[in-house]
Amino acid sequence: MSGSWDGAHASDRQITGYARGGTLAGDELWALEAHLEACAPCRERLARAAAPEVAALVGGVWDELRPRLGRVAPAPRRRGPVWARWASPVTAPWVLMTVLVTALGVALERPAPGGVSLVLLVAPVLPVAGVAVAWGRAIDPAYEVVAATPRAGLGLLARRTAAVLAVVLPVLAAAGWASGVMVALWLLPCLAFTAGTLLLGGLVGMVRAAAVLAGVWAVVIVAPTTLLSRLSFALEPGSVPVWGALAALGIAGVLARGSAYSLLDAHR
Amino acid sequence: MNERKDTFMTRAVGAAEIAPATYAWEIQADGLRVRAGRRTMAVDGLDLALGTGVHGLLGPNGAGKTTLIRALATVLRPAGGKLTLLGADASAQAGRRELRRAIGYLPQEFGYYKRFTVREFVEYMAWLKEMPKREVPGAVQRAIERVGLADRADDRMRTLSGGMVRRAGIAQAIVNDPRVLLLDEPTVGLDPAQRLRLRELLQVLGADSCVVVSTHLVEDVAAACSDVVLMARGRLVFQGTPDRLAAAGGPGDVGDSPIERGYSALLAAPGDDRGAW
Repeated sequence: MSGSWDGAHASDRQITGYARGGTLAGDELWALEAHLEACAPCRERLARAAAPEVAALVGGVWDELRPRLGRVAPAPRRRGPVWARWASPVTAPWVLMTVLVTALGVALERPAPGGVSLVLLVAPVLPVAGVAVAWGRAIDPAYEVVAATPRAGLGLLARRTAAVLAVVLPVLAAAGWASGVMVALWLLPCLAFTAGTLLLGGLVGMVRAAAVLAGVWAVVIVAPTTLLSRLSFALEPGSVPVWGALAALGIAGVLARGSAYSLLDAHR
Repeated sequence: MNERKDTFMTRAVGAAEIAPATYAWEIQADGLRVRAGRRTMAVDGLDLALGTGVHGLLGPNGAGKTTLIRALATVLRPAGGKLTLLGADASAQAGRRELRRAIGYLPQEFGYYKRFTVREFVEYMAWLKEMPKREVPGAVQRAIERVGLADRADDRMRTLSGGMVRRAGIAQAIVNDPRVLLLDEPTVGLDPAQRLRLRELLQVLGADSCVVVSTHLVEDVAAACSDVVLMARGRLVFQGTPDRLAAAGGPGDVGDSPIERGYSALLAAPGDDRGAW
C-alpha cells in the first residue's frame, strides 16, 4: 500500500525518496507535496530524513545565527492588565462613588414614616452612572481608538456592563440585606434601568441616555417619595412583574440594535 | 485538522496571507456622503480610489478630512454613496469585524490611559483588535521598536512627551500589520528629526499596504507620499503624484515651494468667497 494514501500520512519510502530527490514519479511527487503543505507531522519527518549534507548546512546556519539571536531580548509574555478586558480602564472613580453612596445610604437610614428604603431609591441610578462612565467620550479618553476595533460593539458592551453590574449588585445586595428590603424590589428596577440606558444610548449616546433616565427617575419616583414620604406605586411589590418585563424588553432591544454599538455615535 | 505547534518554526505563512486579492483598490468611494454631527454633510459626493502606497490627504480646515478618515475607519456610517474597503461594503454590519481586523487607525485627538505603560496600552489595543494570543507579545514589541519607543516601553504613558505619545499612537495603529492604515495628523507634536523617521516608516509601510495620512503640512506630502489627494468642502479637487501637484501651480500663485503653489492654485477655484484666511 506504499503508493496509496487512505487519508493517512506519507510512507517512510516516500519521505526518504522526496528528501533524496529523483526517485519518485511525477504524480506521486505532486500528491506528496500537496500533503506536506497541510501536514506538520510529515514535514517534521521530512526534516529528520534530510540528506547528511543538507543537515550539516542547516546546522551550520543555526550555529552562526544562535549567538546573534541570543542577544535579542525576548518579548515579555504578559498581555496587559487582564481586568481591562472587562471593566473600562477609567471606572475606578465610579466604583468608589458607588460604594460610598450605598454605604452612606445605609448609614443614614432611619425608619421613615413611609418606610422607604434609600437602597430602593439609588438602586437604578448607580448602574446607569457606571454605564455612562464606561462609554462616555468625556470620561474615556481612548473612546475613538477603542470604537474602531473589531471587539467594539455588542461584545465589549456586554463585558463592560457585566463589570458594572459585578460591582453594583454585590454592593446593593449587602445594603438591601442590611435594611431588610426584598431582593426583587431593587434588583429588577436596577436591571431595567441598565438595559434602558443601553437601548437609548444606542440611539442618542450613552451619556445623554444616562442623564435622561436618571432625571426621569429623580422626578417621577424620588422627588414624590421623599417630599410626600409616601411609598411610590413603582416601589411596591406589585410592580415587580412590570419591572421584569421592562428589563426583558430592554435587553431584547439592545440585542436587536447590536450594530449601533460599534459606531462613534454611541459614545456621545 | 488543527495545526500542530512546530517547535523550531516560529511562524508559518497561512493560506489567507498568500491568497490573491479579489479587489482592485483597497479603498474605493463612489459618491460618498458622510455627516459630521446632525446637519453638516462634511463629505459630500466624494469619488476616490486608493491602492497600496502612501496617500497624503491635503485640504484646508473644514474640508472633511477627519470625517472621511472616520468613515474609512468604519466608526461613522456613510449617509449616502458607496464605500468599499478591501473589497467589502464598509457600511454593512456583516463582515465589519473581519474588516476592522485589517485596519489601523490613529485619530486626530488620540486619547490614552495615563496609568498604562506603553507596552500595556499597545497590548490592550492588540487584544481589542482580536489578534491571536500567541502573536501579541512579539507584535507589540515590534510595533514599539518601529516607532523608536523600545527604551520607554515599560514607562507609564503619563510620563511621555507629546511626540512620544503620538508615536505610541502610531504603534497601536500598526500593531496588527493593517492592510489599510489611517493616520489623522500623525506629525503633530513631532520634532523635525522624528518627522523624518516617520516619513521613512511610512514609506516602508506603504510598500505593501494602503496608508492614508491626513496632514496640514505640504512638505510632509512632498517627501513621504507617492500620491496626493486634495479635498475641499467635502469633494475631491485633485488626485495625482506630488510632481503633478507642483506642476499645477504657476509663478503667480501663493506659496514658497512648487507644491505649495500648486496647492493654492488648485484651491483658488472660482467662486471661492471665503474670508482672507
